[in-house]
Amino acid sequence: MRIDALDRKAIALGLTPGMTLADAKARAPHLAVAQADAAADERLMLRLAAFCEQFTPLVALDPPCGLMLDATGCAHLFGGDAAMRAYVLRAMARLTFSGRAAVAGTPDAARALARFGETAVAPPGEEEVFARPLSIAALEAPRETSVALTRAGLTTLGDLADRSSAALTARFGDETMRRLTRILGREDARITPLRSLPECMVERRFAEPFLDLSAIENVLRPLIVEATGILEKRGEGGRAFEARFFRTDGAVASLRFETGAPSRNVEALLRLFRLKADSLADPLDPGYGFDVIRFCVLNAETLAQSQIGFERQDAQDGDFADLVDRLAARFGRECVLRFAARDTHDPMRAAAYVDAAASPSSPPSSWPKPEPGEPPLRPLFLFDPPQPIETMAETPDGPPMHFKWRRVRHLIARAEGPERIAPEWWRNAAGARPRTRDYYRLEDRDGRRFWVFREGLYESETAAPRWFLHGLFA
Amino acid sequence: MTHPLASLRKSLACAHPAAASETIALGAPALDRRLGGGILRAALHEAYAGTAADAPAATGFALALARRAMAGKQKPLLWVRQEALSTEAGAPYPPGLADIDIDPAAVAFIRVRDAKEALQAGAEAGRCATVGATLIELFGAARAYDLTASRRLALAAAAAGAPIFIVRAGAAPAPSAAASRWLVRALPSRPRAANAPGSAAFAIFLLRQRGGAAGHAWRVEWNRDRGAFKDRTFDAPSLSRPVASLSVGGAPDEVAPQTAGRKFG
Repeated sequence: MRIDALDRKAIALGLTPGMTLADAKARAPHLAVAQADAAADERLMLRLAAFCEQFTPLVALDPPCGLMLDATGCAHLFGGDAAMRAYVLRAMARLTFSGRAAVAGTPDAARALARFGETAVAPPGEEEVFARPLSIAALEAPRETSVALTRAGLTTLGDLADRSSAALTARFGDETMRRLTRILGREDARITPLRSLPECMVERRFAEPFLDLSAIENVLRPLIVEATGILEKRGEGGRAFEARFFRTDGAVASLRFETGAPSRNVEALLRLFRLKADSLADPLDPGYGFDVIRFCVLNAETLAQSQIGFERQDAQDGDFADLVDRLAARFGRECVLRFAARDTHDPMRAAAYVDAAASPSSPPSSWPKPEPGEPPLRPLFLFDPPQPIETMAETPDGPPMHFKWRRVRHLIARAEGPERIAPEWWRNAAGARPRTRDYYRLEDRDGRRFWVFREGLYESETAAPRWFLHGLFA
Repeated sequence: MTHPLASLRKSLACAHPAAASETIALGAPALDRRLGGGILRAALHEAYAGTAADAPAATGFALALARRAMAGKQKPLLWVRQEALSTEAGAPYPPGLADIDIDPAAVAFIRVRDAKEALQAGAEAGRCATVGATLIELFGAARAYDLTASRRLALAAAAAGAPIFIVRAGAAPAPSAAASRWLVRALPSRPRAANAPGSAAFAIFLLRQRGGAAGHAWRVEWNRDRGAFKDRTFDAPSLSRPVASLSVGGAPDEVAPQTAGRKFG
């Protein structure tokens, strides 16, 4: 067993990571040890990353135990690079995390300065000045490379920077040299943030942690008004929204909801938020209060200005879309459905259930009109899969006289059929040969109406056809 | 100074505008006369399945009423259903809806886990004035559907001016704030040529009607082409069961809660 990580006190005792546990115990018998848990570490870093999203939306993990914050365009909100660095460190200290931080023009320079230097802020373009005195350990190159460099008498990045890069690349490889140019700020690299940038984002910061959950809508409403105002200027409406609550103790709650059609309707969005908040398994908990409340529009689509009032039908459709959105927010999108017609003669595939929020309505003409004067030919309810039944028929290819379903015998009083429906052979994989179905409409003596079928043509397809109950009529 | 009674009448008239008494006619003159013009539009109505096996009939009857309510209005039907019902009695089949003259494109279908969710969804939908009618199907004892819940739905229906229908299978009729309560059973249809089953037919029993006569039984057929019910109560007795079999007392007893959930037939 080896040591993975140490705290300050242990390092002061002269212990180092990588040492065997037995050695360490020999030196410090009172050592408190815990099993390393990489997954838990990563979860912690992800939680911290979420917490840091209150400083800038672009946050990336910097393994193994670093966070990379892209402060472009954010630093001035905190009063400059140095002030922002101090602010972040203070916030971390409140969460009982100590840390090292540096601000630089490139991610690699910032990492090297934070881990191996004393510089707090290296203004863009001046990284080289600050990075030159750093030890070559800042390259974080493989062990043999650093040994070789030290043997060659190269101890600082400045020493390396003065050599011809072609010779160094030939000797130590491409990767080490790229790292050097990046640390020196000669080449820039972008970070890959954990979450992509939202379409638009508004937030409210509180001087005192915000505790009153009942007044949360008073905060959210102006935020939504502001966000929809931004969308309106762009001629867009939002489809997916998120409210994020940054708690003082570092926890971040996020509440996401979607609309079926692009929307800028403040009241409708607030209603969706309310529904979503009500349906949470563990309700929104302010704990010691929220520092920041943020409202993001994650997805936006073009939404033209509409003149409500001129077109009544449109307004009505809009209200109904609102209702569908509310229900989808409350019960989940997979539970709010619409019926879509499919062009097929296979009764199993003739109708599909589709997400109502995604497809507000299907063209009414797509459903076949029933023949006037005919009784209903299709059942109101369909079993999927069809239910096996035991039947007794007069002739092998005639309708049943009675059948048994769920231990109850139904004596047939009226019958019509068969309606022969051949399977869609082109849909089936080779080998599994589907059988022709002969459908019958039956009515038992109590007046219950059933839709049953016999699977397989007698004698030509099967010797003992099986019967199934497929649907129930009203 | 106005008479106190007059001012009271006036305020009552404000609280219950004329629209509150608007009715949905069933389309069969004898029934509508008896019902006082039909069932109230802005109200809650209940349809109980006589036995669990009559669930499709009860739903079919409520759908037909909803179809009457939505006639001539370009408004959708909201259908809330407890998921357990779909394993028990099958899932709604849109071509079958078209066959009883309900446009499947005008239906929004909501699948929920339990009665509590069904009632929440139903109340949310029922409150919305753009919904033509709301249908809530509950399965089994559904303890969440109590007097308070039914009152809430009744208020929602009154506010939106559109009916809410509750369909219950495997439950005994219980007091509620519904304006009308029906017990529905399947009824043998009028045969077509070659003894083929005909249009949907129901044996209905009016258990309760607010401010009206109750305890009356009819046999009706749903005429899809006219979009109306047809009274078959006085048809030749050989075609249907006697009315006497629909006794009030007998009906709830037959619905034994423990067996209602499992058995059909």
